Amino acid sequence: MTARALSVLVPLLAAPLAFGVIHRIKARFAGRQGKPLTQIYRDIRKCLGKGATISRTTTWLFRAGPTINLAVTLTALLFVPLGGLPAAVSFPGDIFVFAYLLAMGRFFTIMAALDTGSSFEGMGASREAVYSCLAEPMLFLALLALARHSGDLSLAGMLSAVSAGSWLTGAPILALVTVALFLILLAENCRVPFDDPTTHLELTMIHEVMVLDHGGPDLGFIEYARTLKLWIFAAIATSLLLPAASGSLAFDALWGVAGIFAAAAAVGVTESVMARLRLTRVPPLLAAAGAFAALALILVEG
Amino acid sequence: MSLYLTALFVLLASALAALASGRGRAANLLGPFGCILGCLLGILAAVSALFSPAPPVLRLPWSVPYGAISLNIDPLSALFLLPAFILGAAAALYGRGYLSGLAGKRHLGAHWFFFCLMVLGMSLTVCAANAVFFLVSWEIMSLAPFFLICLHHEEDRVRSAARTYLFAAHLGTAFLMAFFLILGHLAGSMEFSAMAAVAPAGLGPFVPALFFLALAGFGVKAGIVPLHVWLPEAHPAAPSHVSAFMSGALIKAGVYGVLRSLTFLGPLAPWIGQTLLALGILTGILGLLAGLGQGELKRFLAFSSIENMGIIFLALGLGVLSCATGHPGAALLAFSGLLLHVVNHALLKGLLFFGAGSVLHAVGHGYMERLGGLSKRMPFTAAACVLAGAAISGLPPGNAFFGELLIYVGGGLAAMDMPLTDAVWAWSGVAGLAFIGGLSVIGFTRAMGIVFSGEPRSADAAKAHDPAPSMRAAMWLLGMLALGAALAAPFLFTAMLPAARLLLAGQSPALPVLPKVAVNPETLLTAAVCIAFGAAALALALAFVRNRLLSGRSVRSHGTWDCGYIKPAPRMQYTASSYAEPMTVLFRRLLGEKRRFTPPDGLFPATGASRFASKTPDRVMDGLFVPLFAAVGAACDAVKRFQHGNLNLYILYLLATLVILLAAALGFAA
Repeated sequence: MTARALSVLVPLLAAPLAFGVIHRIKARFAGRQGKPLTQIYRDIRKCLGKGATISRTTTWLFRAGPTINLAVTLTALLFVPLGGLPAAVSFPGDIFVFAYLLAMGRFFTIMAALDTGSSFEGMGASREAVYSCLAEPMLFLALLALARHSGDLSLAGMLSAVSAGSWLTGAPILALVTVALFLILLAENCRVPFDDPTTHLELTMIHEVMVLDHGGPDLGFIEYARTLKLWIFAAIATSLLLPAASGSLAFDALWGVAGIFAAAAAVGVTESVMARLRLTRVPPLLAAAGAFAALALILVEG
Repeated sequence: MSLYLTALFVLLASALAALASGRGRAANLLGPFGCILGCLLGILAAVSALFSPAPPVLRLPWSVPYGAISLNIDPLSALFLLPAFILGAAAALYGRGYLSGLAGKRHLGAHWFFFCLMVLGMSLTVCAANAVFFLVSWEIMSLAPFFLICLHHEEDRVRSAARTYLFAAHLGTAFLMAFFLILGHLAGSMEFSAMAAVAPAGLGPFVPALFFLALAGFGVKAGIVPLHVWLPEAHPAAPSHVSAFMSGALIKAGVYGVLRSLTFLGPLAPWIGQTLLALGILTGILGLLAGLGQGELKRFLAFSSIENMGIIFLALGLGVLSCATGHPGAALLAFSGLLLHVVNHALLKGLLFFGAGSVLHAVGHGYMERLGGLSKRMPFTAAACVLAGAAISGLPPGNAFFGELLIYVGGGLAAMDMPLTDAVWAWSGVAGLAFIGGLSVIGFTRAMGIVFSGEPRSADAAKAHDPAPSMRAAMWLLGMLALGAALAAPFLFTAMLPAARLLLAGQSPALPVLPKVAVNPETLLTAAVCIAFGAAALALALAFVRNRLLSGRSVRSHGTWDCGYIKPAPRMQYTASSYAEPMTVLFRRLLGEKRRFTPPDGLFPATGASRFASKTPDRVMDGLFVPLFAAVGAACDAVKRFQHGNLNLYILYLLATLVILLAAALGFAA
């Protein structure tokens, strides 16, 4: 019970820290000191403490977007195990519920963006919709490969079935799935090379431009949900790489958190060493992720 | 059975009463309320048949050769009665308000006559248990919509749509006649029970031919690619309550037909499952991709119906394949997901067509590029459409999610357990379903975002308003039913189990009553309902927190931030075609989108000198059916040369025929 609670409580508190790690790595690569690791906590607190300016064009959809997105991201978190700790909720077939909850958040984020009537936000919404539409089948293929490998159709079950021993027998499968999942992590969280969260031109943004008009608590919700989403995907991708369940609560939790910070560091390195891809190059990269997942599927013994 | 027959008689009586009461208000009162009464009785009959231990049957002699008035409301029939009667009632309620402005201008008596007849025809079709009787009911059901589509017959596109519909419906029936004649000949009887008993030993090599005949005949009605061409023509042309019934219920008769005929053909080979699965994926993806190119709201909704038929066929293929390869557990999940989706799609698509009808009613057209900002002017319609759009994209806690979840888990189980060669099909099914879901999100955010959000793009959109209370009531009704279907998903599954079992028994007769499933569907659905509605409750709680945080603080109202641009105008908003552009570019080869672009010229281009237009034609229509029917027409023209009205030549034909016959007779004699 404590273990299940921990795998929800730790991300609730520590998820923004992973963003701090990304920022720190990128700053170091650029030769800068970088902002404090905890800066994003202060940003979120500042947002929650503010009033808001809301566009006259908008309706309830605009105000509902960030709230719904945060709610479904929090719910999706329930299915995600942390390192060796079990997930709070787990049942066979929950991978589909998990993915569709996140899709629900996306639907309302897009609707909120379109509600402003801004062409910039429409453009971002359009790109977000298209890329996530292409990323979703790839995510399912990767998870199906894991399901076939482990014989378990629940997210926590298929992840916990991976042990150090399974790397000895199924290294190619697990490596392919890990690469696919890491690419999907980058796509779903709007990171380089799919999207550049720090670009200064609205025209080239995807996720950032969709939330241009949000401010105050709404923006706080959006930022927090974004850190949670990164945590979710990092936890899934790294639990394959760091398979361990020692039995000790503290060790397993720390091990899981370390894995997520390592994934954040990998994201930071990726962002530092490469530029964002041209928009037309994104679908082939997502197809490549799908190809990795499909190859893994074929390699799994029936 | 008596309740069902009463419902049929009420429908027939109200059809005749409406016809007798003329063109005006009396017909617009008698027709819809009679129809509602009949449908309510019908719903009761269907529900009681669904839960009765033995299916109600009726068999009366009929003077038609091989025919008998033979009715059998088994669980599968009862299940398909539900969308017919629910949408029949809701559409009658909505249609009364929709048509009230037309009283006296159009012949509303005739309209309601054919409307009641359409509901009657469908309810007979799904219960008929004799092939001749089935075909007669099928024809009633297929012909009535032709007259309903024609309500605004002075418009060219309406007439052409009605003609396309008539052609499609009749060609489909031709395949069905061949199907039932062959099957009836092999079975020695036109009774469905005899047809079901002859399989598989008595069918032998005829199974592939019968399968394709049934697929073509029923597939036209269901709208599977490439037989879908009538749907995107007929739905926008018909009045919205008729489109709602046709899209929500009528095309399901095609699904029913395929399901029923598969129970006749007995245990099927894996390739039939694979064919259905591939057709389903193709229909789902192509339906929505083509829908993304559409600028008219109801036309887009028609393509979305094609997509949902794709999901249903995908699940059917998955189920048949799982049965054929010895995985009945996965098949049970796929079949029950399919049946849930039939009901869920009926409720949501009815609601969406009502919403689109309200837009049409208020604005006068449904061209997305000229709409916008409607959610401020018609908040009820906007909320209903956005929520139904999210639900029909399969997002939780919408009701369609739970059907799709069962299909997903069935596919997942099949993908885990099957040997590689079969598992590839199951993976394609799961990935295809995910892609269809993503496309559906693009399609519905596009349609709802462009139509309801932002600022109005034209003057007629600016003066829109919500529809009359009775039309709103019909939308409330379907919305609440959809919410109920989501909350009661585990219970609905239990109610549909007998029908799913029937499908399963057709494929694996040797099976025990219910196969063992690795994932208990009821537990799965209960958990999913709890999680999905838990997320909704959490969203409400967070909304409360958000409002508490903002209370007492300054919340200002301002124009949308447009990156420093001084004078944004509604025309500068993102358009529906630009929203879909990344996808239409990615699949341009497949869609054949046509663009015409005159670029601006010089530093100060003249107003109106630059133009851009894009159109996504229906490739199947233009590439296959138009040339095909042109060739048929040319062949008929060639035959016409013999028939030119010249009496002397006709006499010569007679003489020549006589001489030839005489010669032949003499030749035989010798």
